[in-house]
Amino acid sequence: MDARTEEFVAHVQSGGLVESGDWMPDEYRNRLLKFIEMHANSELMGVLPERDWILRAPTLQRKLALTAKIQDEVGHAQLLYRVVEDLGKPREACLDDLVAGKSKFHNVFHYPTYTWGDVGVIAWLVDAAAIISQKALLKCSYAPYARIMRKICWEESFHILHGRDVILTLVTGTDTQRELVQEALYRWWEPLMMFHGNPIPADDDPMVHWRIKSQPNEDARQQFLEGYVPQVWELGLTLPDPKLRRRDDGVWEYTEPDWGKLMAVVSGNGPASAERIAFRRLSRAEVDWVARAVLAEAA
Amino acid sequence: MAGVWEVFRRERAGAAMQHAGSVAAPDERFAKIYAREQYGRRGESDALWLVPRDAVQEIDEFVDEFDLKYRRVDGYSIRERLREARELAGTSLREVPGETDA
Repeated sequence: MDARTEEFVAHVQSGGLVESGDWMPDEYRNRLLKFIEMHANSELMGVLPERDWILRAPTLQRKLALTAKIQDEVGHAQLLYRVVEDLGKPREACLDDLVAGKSKFHNVFHYPTYTWGDVGVIAWLVDAAAIISQKALLKCSYAPYARIMRKICWEESFHILHGRDVILTLVTGTDTQRELVQEALYRWWEPLMMFHGNPIPADDDPMVHWRIKSQPNEDARQQFLEGYVPQVWELGLTLPDPKLRRRDDGVWEYTEPDWGKLMAVVSGNGPASAERIAFRRLSRAEVDWVARAVLAEAA
Repeated sequence: MAGVWEVFRRERAGAAMQHAGSVAAPDERFAKIYAREQYGRRGESDALWLVPRDAVQEIDEFVDEFDLKYRRVDGYSIRERLREARELAGTSLREVPGETDA
């Protein structure tokens, strides 16, 4: 490692921040870019399962709220692609790689939705899991990303409330409605337990070394379990893991997820991966004329 | 072709404009629409400024060549001299109301 890189590492590790115009080692730039690109992809792909429910939302109020949430998520993708662009990769290239299956997005967006119960669980628990990671990213060494994360976290807090409201309405409704939530929880529990990734000791994690991330994966999962399992249980709902329990020392025990399966899912082999990527490719082709018309008029 | 506009937002009248982020747009008209959607759709802003990125002039070095610290509060070390002055006046042991000896 050359002296300049050593100085950079010391700077970020002691809490120093980096701006887009500052010099940074190639490895830092590449890891950062890949990480934020995956985040942006996830925001963009994450609206597809919700989009399927705009026309099937149970009330007008729910339809409007869901549409607003979708607009927020697409907005997050745009903000994040801006950060990626300033790191050197144009948005068009990101979208090309996404539809070509060359870049990744979060595991939870590779699964299908079957009922309105899934929509509630996504808005409540998937967003809750996401906001735990995103809050930790407020401390990212790359300041433009941390700043955008402040705005994103602010908007996500509405989404969790919306999700919780959907869930509470269903569990206080008919037996059939309650059953929708219970079934959706069973479907989503495995992906949720995989969401924060396999436990990597902080010392071995290059993302922690560069202080792109400061929260170890297992800490995030523990925080999720601590915050949300009691909220699930207090509604009289059950989770599909017989080992799940909180030890006296506050640590949650659970059945170890199949990390090989997580890798396969995020590599494009999840139950809905192909369909989602194909849909993104199709909509990209369908709206291409809009982009061309706008650019032609502006030229 | 598309350009980048830096967006500043003001939370309420009387507050300072603060940098919020940036938008990429084909022209100024679209930049305004994107900025309004991205930084004002929840009523979180009272006003926005859009500045083409190229128009931003940056200064990021502030070299204090002549050690001009007499312009700043850290340019003055009162405590030592005050102690000396009190000793001279013979008041150094007297309790000064509202002051804790640090």
